[in-house]
Amino acid sequence: MRNITLSQAVNEALAEEMRRDDSVFIIGEDVAEAGTPFKVLSGLVEEFGTQRVVDTPIAEPGFMGLAVGAAMTGSRPVVDLMFGDFIFLIMDQLCNQAAKTHYMSGGKLSVPLVLRTNLGATRRSAAQHSQSLHALVAHIPGLKVAMPSSAYEAKGLMKTAIRDNNPVVIFEDKLMYNDKAPVPEEEFLIPFGQANIKREGSDITLIATSSMVQVCEKAAEILEQEGISAEVIDPRTIVPLDEKTLIESAKKTSRVIVVDEGHQSYGITGEIAGRINEKAFYHLDAPVLRMGAMDVPVPFSPALEDITVPTPEAVAANARLLMSGEMIHAA
Amino acid sequence: MTKTNAEDYLRMYRQMVRIRTFEDNANQLYLSAKMPGLTHMYSGEEAVAVGICEALRTSDKITSTHRGHGHCVAKGADFKEMFCELLGKEEGYCRGKGGSMHIADQSNGNLGANAIVGGSMGIATGAAFSAKLLGKDDVAVCFFGDGATAQGLMYEVMNMAALWKLPVIYACENNGYSEYTRTDEIAAGSITARAEAFGIEAFQIDGQDVLAVNELSQKLVERCRKGEGPFFIELMTYRYHGHHVGDINREYYRSKEEEKDWRENRDPITRFRAWLVKEGIASEDEIEAMNAAIKDDASAAVEYALAAKYPDVSEVDMHVFTDVEHALA
Ligand SMILES: Cc1ncc(C[n+]2csc(CCOP(=O)(O)OP(=O)(O)O)c2C)c(N)n1
Ligand SMILES: [Mg+2]
Repeated sequence: MRNITLSQAVNEALAEEMRRDDSVFIIGEDVAEAGTPFKVLSGLVEEFGTQRVVDTPIAEPGFMGLAVGAAMTGSRPVVDLMFGDFIFLIMDQLCNQAAKTHYMSGGKLSVPLVLRTNLGATRRSAAQHSQSLHALVAHIPGLKVAMPSSAYEAKGLMKTAIRDNNPVVIFEDKLMYNDKAPVPEEEFLIPFGQANIKREGSDITLIATSSMVQVCEKAAEILEQEGISAEVIDPRTIVPLDEKTLIESAKKTSRVIVVDEGHQSYGITGEIAGRINEKAFYHLDAPVLRMGAMDVPVPFSPALEDITVPTPEAVAANARLLMSGEMIHAA
Repeated sequence: MTKTNAEDYLRMYRQMVRIRTFEDNANQLYLSAKMPGLTHMYSGEEAVAVGICEALRTSDKITSTHRGHGHCVAKGADFKEMFCELLGKEEGYCRGKGGSMHIADQSNGNLGANAIVGGSMGIATGAAFSAKLLGKDDVAVCFFGDGATAQGLMYEVMNMAALWKLPVIYACENNGYSEYTRTDEIAAGSITARAEAFGIEAFQIDGQDVLAVNELSQKLVERCRKGEGPFFIELMTYRYHGHHVGDINREYYRSKEEEKDWRENRDPITRFRAWLVKEGIASEDEIEAMNAAIKDDASAAVEYALAAKYPDVSEVDMHVFTDVEHALA
């Protein structure tokens, strides 16, 4: 199979869906000629024209609201939000409008819209360009949330998102845009709500989203050398969440760490840990651990920024703690 | 021409050269991979920040943008603390926590750069509100780009500023582009008319002419102090570098000829320098000496910052709250 970058994978997914369905269009800042600052959309305006790859003024609530209206009336917008941090600007249109329209209309109206944006720190971009804010939207009923962890997922989940009749938010890891992974030439989709067991193991389960999947795979390699067999699971979508796969793994290994790049408090890690606690309690040999980004705004200085995000070494250290049984007494 | 005027003019010149020199060094730090992350150069726009800030006093407030080094220098900041901040060092203005896009200099009334386009419009308006409430005659200046005029927040706060006669000056730095897009492709109609719709007096001015900018600013600042604000200025200017230091190949959105024309024929520093010499305020030799001294200053500050310490890792959870020393302790 050929290897392509995450960036190319997203580009292909969009191009394929735009060829298939004339009602799909892209809207956002510098999406056309510039192809976004990350160059993810390069070439699309040449193929689809400026009617369907639409450059906007720097007016996020405006173009997000416009997209909601377009989605309610037969179009299928893919909104490009340059940085995940800007989600705070569009919260009303996304959460009060897009998320609730189908419900409030008793199922009469729908908003088939995709919001593509990103997450991830350690780019030295400071506190307003480094946040991982997926928990905020996952909290709102009516929004689906996808978190691709490689080029393969980025393509398959994007295609599914565009065909979904609900508002879907996709968070790409901006550090991964140039990472290559095997992606089939032939068409494929990845269904929502289907976790991927990246690596099988028997002693401990590492549940990881997006950027943290690679981190946990590396942690698993470290642990393997010490004779600890770690299973790594990527939920791929956090709404809907494939609870079944996660619970089964928790029952099998009896120890779980949940790792995610959002802030640790009130985040995805706590939600998943809570569900495992409710549904696998009697199978657990240790409390479920949460590892998220440190609960501080992302600092600029490299000396500080690097310690705010979970690392393979930190995950491995926590895994050892769980294996040693020490956490039982600590809890 | 009085002596004080001559001093004012020389200070304006000096400040513009300091900004240009700061940026040349920052760009070099990026190109030699010594600076973490990216930064947005202010070169070419010096007359805007300097013309306006020279009309302000220390207690007046400014809010700045992602392209904020110029505002910071113009409002009185030191090279050393600025370079330390750009490199994420402990002695930076924000102890390395903010970096280029969040430099703030409390001591000189700079409420901070901002990485959210238009994000400081509320803050500047609030500073003006606060001055009025607390009975001070301080003025607030809100710097923002042409691209930021697309943000809804601007219209909300201009409405309130006009209703409540707040001492705020909205300074729109129209450099012709927002990122990789020409202004006429993202801003419909006239920019000054936006402010006029709220009954705010608005001016369009050559942002490469530091004297004109300063003269207008002095008038408007005085009128703000008397309760005649708010005001709006659109300053026509140009950024010499790419949108950020990494934006090197930019011919797909603007031509080399256009860049050359602005640099060679409209440069604010060259223009002002010629005027200073013509008016006999400074000789070529004096100006060269001034330039050289600034260059040395900047080099020394860069060397200092490169050798300076990073913050201790224990600082990571400090300053999350005002009343908790370590948020995660
Ligand atoms: C709310 C928001 N949207 C988008 C961006 C990305 N961005 C950073 S600078 C910029 C262009 C700003 O243009 P302008 O206001 O004209 O300022 P200039 O860069 O020309 O000084 C954009 C789109 C951002 N930082 N914040
Ligand atoms: Mg601009």
